[in-house]
Formats: sequence, structure tokens, C-alpha cells
Amino acid sequence: MTPSDHIALPQQLRKTVHPHRFMMWLSMASIVMLFAGFTSAYIVKHADTNVWESVELPSLFWVSTTLILASSISIFFAVRAFHRNNVKAYRNLLALTFVLGFGFLLSQWMAWQEMLVISQLGIGDKVAADFLYVISGAHFLHAAGGVVAMGFLFFLALRHYRTPEDALMLNLHPEKVPGIELVATYWHFVDALWLYLFIFFIANT
Amino acid sequence: MANAAISKPASHVHAEDHHHEEHHHEQGFISKYIFSTDHKTIAKQFLITGIIWAILGGALSVLFRIQLGYPDADLTWMKPILGRWLDEGGHILPEFYNALITMHGTILVFFVLTAGLSGTFSNLLIPLQLGARDMASGFINMLSYWFFFLSGAVMLASFFVPTGAASGGWTMYPPLSALAQSNEGSGFGTDLWITSIALFIVSVLLGGLNYVTTVINLRTKGMSIFRMPLTIWAFLFTAIIALLSFPALLAAGVLLLFDRGMGTSFFLSEIYTGGEALANAGGSPILYQHLFWFLGHPEVYIIILPAMGIVSEVLSVNSRKPVFGYKAMIYSIFAITVLSFLVWAHHMFVTGLNPFLGSIFVIFTLLIAIPSAIKVFNWIVTLYKGNIRFTPAMLFAIGFVALFIVGGLTGIFLGNSALDIDLHDTYFVVAHFHLVMGVAAFFGTFAGVYHWFPKMYGRYLNRTLGYIHFWITIVAAYLIFFPMHFMIGLPRRYPSHENFQFADMFGELNSFISLVAIISFAAQLLFVFNFFYSIFRGRKVRELNPWGATTLEWTTPIHPQHGNWPGEIPHVHRWPYDYGVNGREFIPQDEPEPGFVPEPEPVHRDPQNDQV
Repeated sequence: MTPSDHIALPQQLRKTVHPHRFMMWLSMASIVMLFAGFTSAYIVKHADTNVWESVELPSLFWVSTTLILASSISIFFAVRAFHRNNVKAYRNLLALTFVLGFGFLLSQWMAWQEMLVISQLGIGDKVAADFLYVISGAHFLHAAGGVVAMGFLFFLALRHYRTPEDALMLNLHPEKVPGIELVATYWHFVDALWLYLFIFFIANT
Repeated sequence: MANAAISKPASHVHAEDHHHEEHHHEQGFISKYIFSTDHKTIAKQFLITGIIWAILGGALSVLFRIQLGYPDADLTWMKPILGRWLDEGGHILPEFYNALITMHGTILVFFVLTAGLSGTFSNLLIPLQLGARDMASGFINMLSYWFFFLSGAVMLASFFVPTGAASGGWTMYPPLSALAQSNEGSGFGTDLWITSIALFIVSVLLGGLNYVTTVINLRTKGMSIFRMPLTIWAFLFTAIIALLSFPALLAAGVLLLFDRGMGTSFFLSEIYTGGEALANAGGSPILYQHLFWFLGHPEVYIIILPAMGIVSEVLSVNSRKPVFGYKAMIYSIFAITVLSFLVWAHHMFVTGLNPFLGSIFVIFTLLIAIPSAIKVFNWIVTLYKGNIRFTPAMLFAIGFVALFIVGGLTGIFLGNSALDIDLHDTYFVVAHFHLVMGVAAFFGTFAGVYHWFPKMYGRYLNRTLGYIHFWITIVAAYLIFFPMHFMIGLPRRYPSHENFQFADMFGELNSFISLVAIISFAAQLLFVFNFFYSIFRGRKVRELNPWGATTLEWTTPIHPQHGNWPGEIPHVHRWPYDYGVNGREFIPQDEPEPGFVPEPEPVHRDPQNDQV
């Protein structure tokens, strides 16, 4: 396959960033604006001392944070294994990341149960808790997208990525960004976003 | 997944290398016309869907203009369509009037002038003018259209729910939008409105990702950023604005849905209905307004910037002169982009905003006059001493400049918080924004359609119909909106002014405006006829470059296939506005400078050898 076969890639492209990677960055900028909208609404309400009543953060948020941090580390090593054509390690690390990511989602879900059942904070009771539900919920959906993508990659790895030769083929492909790189970028972003939100919640409750 | 989207069209291009443009793809009807990943087809899909929405949105305005201009008119004959939205006397019910203006605004702002304008011309022109085979991701581009389609389907469905379409104004302010019981249209219609807009936001974001990425990454050789046509600059900044502002509306929509369905009080403060206190407490409808206008104001630049880009291009081509102040135009677009994020609260001067804060927003708002004035000056100087060809596209472009000046001047009044206290929510505002971003953006769109129709369909639009369309439309635009400036103190959004004695003096004027509005709508149908007729029966294009333009889209075949250029993509050697230089009428962008020696290396380098 010569570069001329490729529809969208003029030749000076190799000097610049790949379009798919660039698109990922742009979507991250857009997602940042979504959460900037949510958190600035939070700040405005928080400043209204007449109505704001602080609520305690569910303790399970700490577990979630640990899990997502761990998953970020494991996906980093998954990418490294991919580039070193280490098929087995790649698959195992991808599976580990998937499990940790899924664990994060589960832990978030249970954190909401903790708020609902133990802290008795239904939706609509206190605006501080409502914000926690909405903001962590929106983050949950973004994280779920990442976990689904990891599952898809794992499925692909099982089917088409068995031998070191497969790995070599993928890595040498000059015009492609490997899916794992995009997913890893996104996942680090989702991780950093959660860290920001968690610290934001801690600072404002 | 995404890689598959890129490599799939590659095979076609490869095929074209050998079989040339006569080659017809073995593509089914569905993959060629419906779920197409070809940017040109997607552009046409956006355009035709936009035209259908424009007809519907315009028809709604005809209905409410009848109510305003001829309040006694008996519309019983429309009973089969409007059903229970008419009273016994055949008059439009106030609830329905509110739904009409709400849907008119929503449809025109979002579906026609955002998706219909950006979706069409960004898709069509970014790859063609930059020398790319297609968008960065054809698949995501296709998704962008189909999310738009889905969003339209949901919005259309809201007309048919028993409680009617949303009726809280296109801005959807709470509490009207947050309490289902506050109005008929606040029921299921509003749920559908929010859902539809959420889908629309996804469409805009997916489109914007592609536009920006394609402009940044996929320019052909020699197309440095300061050789890009002004259309591309406008589309680029439009997409950047969209990517950064639409998420704020999504945030507002999510919080609004929670207020509606989950009993939260983000936007709802203590409210009594029928003497009963609702459970909500402590919310702030102003918070919604901040989130809404953080999109809402940049949105007007999302609408007007593409029109400005198209106008710059059309004016230059048809004056046979370089655009004046090319770089000043770019810096102005950039300044407008930055300022567009700093002025949203000028829509909220009467909400009890801190006057000091208000004055900061006044300053930023009035600052926008500077880049706007630079652009207007440059357009006029581009025309000055030009060898002007008055094609329909050119007339609409000149009309755009006129409307933008007239509409923009009243922006200086409205941008002053002290004056705005009197002018807010009156017909002065209606006149202002319809001229400066409504009709003006339509003129930009029309200029674009008349100019690039030959590229889209290989045929010309009928010229005579184009002239008739232009003259009726521009005269009507002034006759409709100019008098509205002088309807002093008349509040907008009221279904009837019968309870205001002072408004009696505007009765005849209102009838006149309504009459012109109906004529103007009929003239648009003339355009629609011209458009669809010319697709099949229009005069065929016989030459590659019918307007004598310099830009790359005219170096493609008359009917470009997927991949745009049958052979190699042309390289760019000069800026896009070489008109009337060196004694020549124009010099295409892909023509080398005299004495240019091409690089000795082969055009398609092997990346493996490149490393050596």
C-alpha cells in the first residue's frame, strides 16, 4: 500500500499530527466545555449562601478514584506492550484496564446508592447533591463510552491480534493511528477529568 | 473503525486513476445517496434538508404574521390542518401563536442557518477549496448529517403531540420550560424540543470536529494557511466557536431535563401555582440564561461568519479584484471569535445584572463593532472600481453587505445597557436581529447557492428567476423589518396587541408588514422551484471554471466523483485572490509562478524511503 492509495492524506501530513488524533483532542476540548458549564453552574449556586447546604461526598468516590487512576496506569503499559509487539502482555493489560474501568463504573453506581440510601439524599432534596448526581452522571456516561471502546479493542485483539507478526503489521502501518492509542488518550482524559471533578467537589463542599 | 472510513473511499480514487471520471462506481443507491460518506453528497443532504426546514419555518411565520396583521381574518378553511389550534371564529389561539414563534425561531436559527448553512458549505468547500479528497472522517461526517436528520424528526414530531409543540420561546427560559403545567406547550412538546436540540448538538459537534481537523491537517501541498480562501477561514472559526459553545447548551439542557422530570430545582425558585406552593426552592432561572446565552451569543456568529466568508469570496470573484485587506479580514474573524465568548450577558441587561458587570459587557459588545466595521469597509473597497458582474450570487452578496450595515447599526443601540432597558423585548430587537443575522445570513446562503450550484449539480440556476428572487427579497426585507424599528415600545411575542391602546396606531403598518411577508415567502418558493427544477433541467455547465475563479474547487471535473480529482491533487502556488494582476483577468491558485522549478523528488514519496 502506497501513500497515494490513501484518500485523505496529502503528503505533508506526516509532518503534522494525524487527523484522527487531532479529532480526539478537539472532542476533548468540547467535553471540557461541557463540564465547564456544569461546574460554573455549581459555583454560581454554591455562592448563593441562602440556599446552599453542603452534603458529604460518598466515601466510595475514593474507591472510584483509586480504580480509575490504576486503570490509567495499566492502559499506559498496554500501549507500551502494543508498541513492543508483545501481543500477550497487550491483551492482558487491555483486559485489566477494561476490568478496572468497569470497576470504576460500578463503584460510581454504588456511590450513588450510598448517597441515596445511607445519606438519604434523593434527587431533588438538596441542590448540592443534585449537582453531584448530574455531574458525576455525565462523567459516568463519558467513562462508559471509553469502557465500551476498550471492550471492542479487546474483542479485536482476541480475533485478529494473536501473533507477533500481526502486531508487527499493525505497527508498521504508516498511515494509521492504532485504536489503542486513541482510546488511551481518551481514557487518560476521562481520568484527569474525574480527578478535576473530585478535587472540585472536595474543595466546594 | 474510523480507519475503515478513510480507507474505503481510497479504493474509488484508485479506480479513478485508471478509469477517469467516466467511471461509475459500483455503489448502490443507498450508499451513494443516503448513507454516503462523500462530503459533496453530505453537503447536498444538508442543503436540501435545510431548504425543507426553511419552507416550514417560513410558513410558520406566515401564520403568525396573519394573526398580527389581520387579527380578524377567518382561518376556518385551515381547520383540517390546524385543528383545535383555531377558536370558533377561525382565529389562532394564543397558545398556538407562542408555539409558532418558538418553532419559527428554533427552526431558522438551528436547522436552517446553522445546519443548512455551515453544514452545506463547510462540507462542500473545505475539501474542494483546500485540495483534499474528502473530510478527515467521512464516517463521522455521515453521522453528523444523520444526527441532524434525527433531531429534525423529533422536532417535527413535537408538532403532533396533543399538547402541541414547545411554546416557551426559542430561548426556552425556565420556568415556562421547566414546569410542564405552566403552558400547554410546556408539556411533552418541550421534552421533545430538548431531546431534539441535544441530538442537534451532537450533530454540530461531530461536524465541527471534521471541519477543524480537515482544515488543519488535510490541505494540499502549498496551501499554507495564508493562502486559504476567506470562506475556509470563516468555516474554521465557525467550527471552533461551535465546538466550544454548544456544550454549554447541552449542560443547560441536561439540568433543565432534571428540573422537569426528576424534581430538582436548578432553575426553579419558589413558585406558587393556583395558590399552592410547589416543592421547588432556591433555583435560579437566571443561571439558565447565563448557560443559554453562553451558547446563544456565539451562535449568532456561527450563523453569520460562514455567510461573511461566502460573501468575501463571491464579491472578489465577481468584482474581478483581489479581496481588499485579506489579512485584516482574517484578524477580524479571529477578533469576532474571541469577543463572541465575552458578550453573552448583553442579552440579560434587564435581569437585574450588576450594573458594573453590565458595563463590562457593554464595552466588549461595542468592541465587536470594530472588526465588523473593518470587514464592511473591506467589502466595499473590494467593490470599488471593480469590473463588477451582477450575477444573482453577486447581488445577494452586495445585499448581504447592505443588510449587515443597516442591521448592525442598531446593534450599537441595543449593546448599550441604558438604552436596552427601553428597547429590550420590543420590535426594535426583532428588526435588529432579523436584518443583521436573519435575512443577512440568508443572503449569504443564497449567494453561496447561486455561486456554487454549478459545482454541486453541474447545471446553472435560472438567472432570470434569480434576479426576480433577489429584488423581491431585498425590497421585502426592508419593507418588513425597517418599519419595526419605529414601533416604539411594542412588545414582541404578544399574540395580540388589542389590549394596548397605543398599539392601535401600528395596526395598518402591521397589516402592511404581513402582506409583504406573505409576498416575500412566495418569492422564496420561486427560489425553491428554481432550485429543484435546475437540478434536473437547468442549463448544463460546459466549462470547468464558469465564473473565472482562482480557487481549487473549479479545477475538479464538472461532475467530481468521490475523491474529487481524478488524478493528482493540484498543488497551490499563490494566494486565492489573484484577479487582474500581470495584465491577466485571473490566475488560478494552482498555476506556478513564472520560472517555478518543481522539486525533483517524486510527488508520492515512499514513507519508508523518506526516513532515510
